[in-house]
Amino acid sequence: MESEANKFLDEFTQGEYKYGFVTDIESDMAPKGLNEDIIRFISAKKKEPEFMLEFRLKAYRYWLTMKMPDWAHLKIPPIDFQEIIFYSAPKKKKALASLDEVDPELLDTFKRLGISLDEQKKLSGVAVDAVMDSVSVKTTFTDTLSKLGIIFCSFSEAVQKHPDLVRQYMGSVVPYTDNFFASLNSAVFTDGSFCFIPKGVRCPVELSTYFRINAANTGQFERTLIVAEEGAYVSYMEGCTAPQRDENQLHAAIVEIVALKDAEIKYSTVQNWYPGNKKGEGGIFNFVTKRGICKGSNSKIAWTQVETGSAITWKYPGCILLGDNSVGEFYSVAVVNNHQQADTGTKMQHIGKNTRSTIISKGISAGVGQNSYRGLVRISKNAVNSRNYSQCDSLLLGDKCGAHTYPYIQVENKSSIVEHEATTSKISEDQLFYCQQRGIDTESAIGLIVNGYAKEVLKKLPMEFAVEAQKLLSISLEGSVG
Amino acid sequence: MLLSIKNLHASINGKEILKGIDLDVNKGEVHAIMGPNGTGKSTLASVIAGREVFEVTAGDVRYKGKNLFKLSVEERSREGIFLGFQYPVEIPGVSMTNFMRTAVNEQRKYRGLDPMPAGDFLRMMEEKKKLVEIQSNLTNRSVNEGFSGGEKKKNEIFQMAVLEPTLAILDETDSGLDIDALRIVANGVNTLRTKDNAFVVITHYQRLLDYIVPDFVHVLFEGRIVKSGNKELAMELEEKGYDWIKKEFE
Repeated sequence: MESEANKFLDEFTQGEYKYGFVTDIESDMAPKGLNEDIIRFISAKKKEPEFMLEFRLKAYRYWLTMKMPDWAHLKIPPIDFQEIIFYSAPKKKKALASLDEVDPELLDTFKRLGISLDEQKKLSGVAVDAVMDSVSVKTTFTDTLSKLGIIFCSFSEAVQKHPDLVRQYMGSVVPYTDNFFASLNSAVFTDGSFCFIPKGVRCPVELSTYFRINAANTGQFERTLIVAEEGAYVSYMEGCTAPQRDENQLHAAIVEIVALKDAEIKYSTVQNWYPGNKKGEGGIFNFVTKRGICKGSNSKIAWTQVETGSAITWKYPGCILLGDNSVGEFYSVAVVNNHQQADTGTKMQHIGKNTRSTIISKGISAGVGQNSYRGLVRISKNAVNSRNYSQCDSLLLGDKCGAHTYPYIQVENKSSIVEHEATTSKISEDQLFYCQQRGIDTESAIGLIVNGYAKEVLKKLPMEFAVEAQKLLSISLEGSVG
Repeated sequence: MLLSIKNLHASINGKEILKGIDLDVNKGEVHAIMGPNGTGKSTLASVIAGREVFEVTAGDVRYKGKNLFKLSVEERSREGIFLGFQYPVEIPGVSMTNFMRTAVNEQRKYRGLDPMPAGDFLRMMEEKKKLVEIQSNLTNRSVNEGFSGGEKKKNEIFQMAVLEPTLAILDETDSGLDIDALRIVANGVNTLRTKDNAFVVITHYQRLLDYIVPDFVHVLFEGRIVKSGNKELAMELEEKGYDWIKKEFE
């Protein structure tokens, strides 16, 4: 049975090419390949201060000494970095006059995801008129935030307006030497988000990339930095449940999070990049380095992710629990269908005393997809009385997919407790028949069962995100059984 | 005629289990199907519900005048066929409330109705729970997960009460029940019984029929209905045991 989701994604892909891109900004594009001149070009284009260029060049020189990692349970085709264009000014899609011009199947998926009409127009590239445009909303929004001293802007803007903050924190959690993709990102990143919550401020709204100016087209090398000062709180959402298509196949993002004393940061992601077609052709390669540091005592960082897209996902959002009594959490649902591959998990590094971490990972494999959980829990000598609880569940649909669990546990003191639980289950014929006998068709039954299975993680998402994510899970698995 | 089965043959993995079943069920009737273990009682229930592992090799089944085999499992359900499972499955993470709301709304959609408003639905659930004397926390739990044997069977009757089927087939709903649970299950059936619906009660023992009084009793043996009668037949079976039938037909 042809998967609806893929059928639609194929359509969407073709559609985008059909509508084409405006070419008059082609001159803003760097030549193919990567060398120091390209990096100087990027930095100059972005009118960056000297320290940024130095950072980029150091990263680049380091990257040249590195090899692509091959330890993940992934089959990665060779990537020719000299064939990639590392800088091009944001491309614009040709605007459509109305939703009538949009592929009806795409609209149907939007409708099923419960995406508002305005947003549908944005996502499908329909010209949004002045009233519809959320510029005014954004302005009000930014005003509210700035009164509280909250900075929420693009990374480029932060480099221009708040260079000292950027300089202080950039690379402090993920150094440019961290790994192959982090080094690459540090050398060539084009834009991303910057968020700063000053001491004692509780951010009153969920910060979503949706509201960030220049949210669209942040490109393949995105860089995000979030800092919460003493006693501050923020909940940050990245991504979008609507299928996203990008002409760049390789994505290597960095997200750095810093929580000072008593601060709390919640970071939620829904990742739904183009996963490739049913045969496993095309699709985004997503190599992401996400890490947070609980720098001060009693600080807390929670990662929640719903990963349904990309052909390859390589991603381990982690926490460095440096402050005493700090808390790290990781909640993940990762779905692979058709030929998708995911190697994802977390790293919890306990350094401070009485630090606690919780890991809940729910993998779902369908088609011939391969899903791996890879997690490191490291409790250092000084992290006395620390605790970790890990739960890694795998759910299989059909008998051609795979689920793998690679837990790494290192405990260097005797007063800490580490627990690890793992289960593997299958959606059984009996369960499906039971649902069908009550009038629930197979697709809905799978949706019901999968959402039940992932409930523990989904309930950690901000409310409006959770509802969309639930529908997304069902849609991602359509056609995976029967 | 609600259900009409003619010369039904069905097999599993090439082994013939049903060897020519004939059975007519009208609205307002309660039929009991009895017989020794392994004679095809559960197979008959599964075939009517549409379980794919069973292959129908011959025969004709009409439900509300329609060819039953042209309907998918879920269509049969939406047309009012309910199967009370002998071994209800557990569905971890899916709450009873969510499960039933999905089921009810699927049925309503099929009938061209809008989804039931959440308030109405919850009130209806409360009402039906009373019918089967079910503890109120049961609906917050995952479908059958960690339910005792008796709770699972009561839960089947509860679902039947919510879905209000036209034809309910209860597959050994009495097995493994203590006398109190048995009374509650039977009570549920008796309350739901109307002139517009019908029940096929599959049971190994006569004792359920003390509580649910059938209009007809059939004895299934080696894939055929070998004897039909009224409730006196059930009592005769109880008295003489199945050996009597075996001797007569082997």
